[in-house]
Amino acid sequence: MTLHQSITEDTKPAYNYAYLDEQTKRMIRRALLKAVAVPGYQVPFGSREMPLARGWGTGGIQVTAAIIGPDDTLKVIDQGADDTTNAVSIRRFFERTADARTTEATEEATIIQTRHRIPEAPLKAGQIMVYQVPQPEPLRKLEPHEAETRKMHAWAEYGLMQVKLYENIARFGEVTTTYDYPVMVNGRYVMAPSPIPKFDNPKMQMSPALQLFGAGREKRIYAVPPHTSVRSLDFEDHPFRIQSWNEPCALCAAADSYLDEVVIDDQGARMFVCSDSHHCETRRAEGHRGAMLADASALHLVEDEAKP
Amino acid sequence: MNMQVNPQELTLDPAPLLSVAGVSRFYGERIGCADVSFDLWPGEVLGIVGESGSGKSTLLRCLAGIDRPDAGQVLFRGGAEPLDIYSVAEQERRRLMRTAWGIVHQNPRDGLRMDVSAGGNVGERLMDNGARHYRKIREAALDWLQRVEIAAGRIDDRPRQFSGGMQQRLQIARVLVSEPRLVFMDEPTGGLDVSVQARLLDLLRVLVRDLGLAAIIVTHDLAVARLLTDRLMVMKDGHVVEQGLTDQVLDDPHHAYTQLLTSAVLTV
Repeated sequence: MTLHQSITEDTKPAYNYAYLDEQTKRMIRRALLKAVAVPGYQVPFGSREMPLARGWGTGGIQVTAAIIGPDDTLKVIDQGADDTTNAVSIRRFFERTADARTTEATEEATIIQTRHRIPEAPLKAGQIMVYQVPQPEPLRKLEPHEAETRKMHAWAEYGLMQVKLYENIARFGEVTTTYDYPVMVNGRYVMAPSPIPKFDNPKMQMSPALQLFGAGREKRIYAVPPHTSVRSLDFEDHPFRIQSWNEPCALCAAADSYLDEVVIDDQGARMFVCSDSHHCETRRAEGHRGAMLADASALHLVEDEAKP
Repeated sequence: MNMQVNPQELTLDPAPLLSVAGVSRFYGERIGCADVSFDLWPGEVLGIVGESGSGKSTLLRCLAGIDRPDAGQVLFRGGAEPLDIYSVAEQERRRLMRTAWGIVHQNPRDGLRMDVSAGGNVGERLMDNGARHYRKIREAALDWLQRVEIAAGRIDDRPRQFSGGMQQRLQIARVLVSEPRLVFMDEPTGGLDVSVQARLLDLLRVLVRDLGLAAIIVTHDLAVARLLTDRLMVMKDGHVVEQGLTDQVLDDPHHAYTQLLTSAVLTV
């Protein structure tokens, strides 16, 4: 018995399927259709109060609620991990309100709601990425007036965005923006890719998956349809570069994934591990062993699937 | 777009760069400026003088495309076709304002981005117009900073760290970097010391000659008007009371108000 099913024939269900009422879902779907039709354009929508605080993914959760159906399999990640508080709560929310099958496996998911990361496993056609967006307006920190930023988008006046990158290079010798790195979508709109690391920006380029962005507090929805060009802004003589690390993942030895730095004692020792927890587990199950895996499993910090 | 105009072309083409006809702007019952008409030719510097509240700045804002006048027409001949700047789309007007025009505000804080470095401020117009090569943008910014007497070492400082006079010079560099054909200046020399004023006057003369740059300068300083401008318009209570060649107006003022203005100048 879940929340949206009626207890008897006579009583009404406590909640509609997937929490939102059908008219609200239609409103969000209409915004989504417009967003898909105009890649990168921010479509206003009537953001609803959700049973979680603004800033914790109310935009993403509304988009997911509007598109989820009984056949979908949902994966939720927060900072790349499936087992953090926010991810667990949102996953359970849809288990209870939408009977959603949930998974931690990127390949099995049809909808992936995310905060801060795109999974390392390549996305496929038919999958939908739902991003939680705190600030949908990439120009906001440069131009505080909404009326002005709308004109700038309308007429593609994006010199100011370049000024921001110029400032970075002038001050630090390189572009120091490492997350929410602005992108040009379909050669037309400059878009905030949400606070994913710039490491993930190239994954958006010509992705076969549909990418939807929901900003609940700011009441905006935007989208990147499959196979759409997403180019990170740069200068001709300072081309866009992604982060790299000097060592591979300490648990699974992956050299090509995005790594989190974890401080492990009060002596300043640290380790670098994959931020995508499912990716790391999959690799360990395949027998990849990082330098510190034995230590970590001795402390029961990870299950050592590869142990004979 | 090529901004170069050689003198030969100027003599062949006597059409004015800017034609203003019957421009009026009212603030409710009160008059901002009323029925102002004039022509401005390429390479010409026009001064607008008058006391505070005489409508100089209102007129400038109407001409520069910032405030729409209540009546009248402003015709700009920057391209092949003359352009009525208030009948074209706002998009086109904005494009004009960041390519063919420049506006130097009375208060540098209105014209500068205070939290962007000097180099970024100067480079913004280049980036607006599609420049995407960091080193070239920086070289252009350095060149222009030096031309307005700001040391190259200050290129990464923010305008907040500059003196008022330096901010004004930076603003001028920021405007001129895109090589506009027409520059509007509202009391541009307000914050500058005398030697920099002189330097600026020299610079403007060079630009006018090299680029066919025309300028409209609002000032209350008759000495600046004398040095900088070819022609002068005297305004009082929103009306133009006298206009003519600068020397003529200042040396032989006809209108009683102009006589009052010229006699009020202190001499040292």
